[in-house]
Amino acid sequence: MEGLMAVIESLPYILSGISVTLGIVALALAMGFALGVPMAVITIYGNRLVAQIIAGYVWVLRGLPNLVLLFLFYFGIFPLLGWNFSPFTIGAIALGMRSSAYQTEIFRGAIQSLGEGQMFAARSLGMSKIQAIWNIILPQALRISLPGWSNEYPILLTDSAVTYAIGVAEVLTRGSQMVTRTYQPMPIYITCAIIFILLNLGGMRVIHFLEKKARIPGWGRGSET
Amino acid sequence: MNSIPTLAVKNLYKSFKGTPIIKGVSFEVYQGETKVFIGPSGAGKSTLLKCINQLIIPDQGQVFLNGEEVIHSHSRINFFRQKMGMVFQDFYLFDHLTALQNVEVALLRVKKMHRQKAREKALRELERVGLGDKSHLYPAELSGGQAQRVSIARALAMDPEVMLFDEPTSALDPELTGEVLEVMRLLAQAGMTMVVVTHEMGFASSVADEVLFIEDGKILEKGPPRQIFLQPKEERTKKFLSRISQLYGELNQNHG
Repeated sequence: MEGLMAVIESLPYILSGISVTLGIVALALAMGFALGVPMAVITIYGNRLVAQIIAGYVWVLRGLPNLVLLFLFYFGIFPLLGWNFSPFTIGAIALGMRSSAYQTEIFRGAIQSLGEGQMFAARSLGMSKIQAIWNIILPQALRISLPGWSNEYPILLTDSAVTYAIGVAEVLTRGSQMVTRTYQPMPIYITCAIIFILLNLGGMRVIHFLEKKARIPGWGRGSET
Repeated sequence: MNSIPTLAVKNLYKSFKGTPIIKGVSFEVYQGETKVFIGPSGAGKSTLLKCINQLIIPDQGQVFLNGEEVIHSHSRINFFRQKMGMVFQDFYLFDHLTALQNVEVALLRVKKMHRQKAREKALRELERVGLGDKSHLYPAELSGGQAQRVSIARALAMDPEVMLFDEPTSALDPELTGEVLEVMRLLAQAGMTMVVVTHEMGFASSVADEVLFIEDGKILEKGPPRQIFLQPKEERTKKFLSRISQLYGELNQNHG
């Protein structure tokens, strides 16, 4: 009974963290996309030296635990540079950079799966490399990458909870605050867990809807060609 | 006949990782002519075609289009490529676009044509290859033969001076090759200048003005189809032709 009371008392406060959680996820996804697509394109079609630098970036970021990156930014790099950003912004940047490393790999794989023929055909019509990438390669590669890309949402959603460590007022942070006030860890953390699961469910629905919309007629119907 | 060849290839060389593939190939194609390259796989036929429009950059040698040298520079090469339509063995249609959009996309993006005009032109080209009624279908919804005809229409839409065909029927089921060859036959009759790499000896013998036998990166023998098919001079040409006739059936003499 006390547990239920604690949940009812805490719920409005915890729920108002949803917008913070989703805000971080949305910003990180967007940042990962905005960096990941051009980095994938450069990795395949661009200057070899720049491609190597990107490969290094991807390798380092994929090897760093989220928490390490977060602390490094929050306590180290950002103060050192004198950048006075909010924990929310720093959390979104850290998760976004990490996601950009993963998204680079997702889009790189998708572009490579197209094969060189699409580029040959586009260039044979007189398109420049940029025109070919923009009109022919990316529209197909982005569609192919959607199933893999949609994985980034649950990953970022669950990862977003680490921003608790720098005090971002997201769902878990608010839950923990309520635990110290009500001494009811179990019901409140279960509430947090349910919120995360529901957010995941809702987000995946949206993504599957997009996947359906983006499907190219005749693609992915198995043996039928 | 114009005295300047539509397409001239002079002393072309290309190696991949130290292995020479094209070893000094020269030939000329005059307006309205169809030249057919035959030869064993690995002879460098495909590479040769891609060297002509610089999808593969040759190590040495020159290509001239209407007397103007085709130079691989950013500004000029895209212009030259529009003038040299290319048809690939595996079609390489753009899977995310309908048949109509496949033909239209370069008109819009490269030629910067007005949307309505591009649409009309694309439809005309699709009708020319007998696919006016399939314009709304996506590549995955077309048969191989239809897909290859769309890719021919796509190249034709750019109003090329010369068409390069790289084994256009090799990826097709035998019963589908006929419709593609028929389109090519009509094109040749209509006066299109064409360079064709193919194993279809029937097509070569009936359509080609000249057949060139290429082996090991060199043109070994060339001449009118009647001469190459009936009285080849080179031993290796004879061998190749007898191997091909075993594989593809005897050459239909009526075509000659």
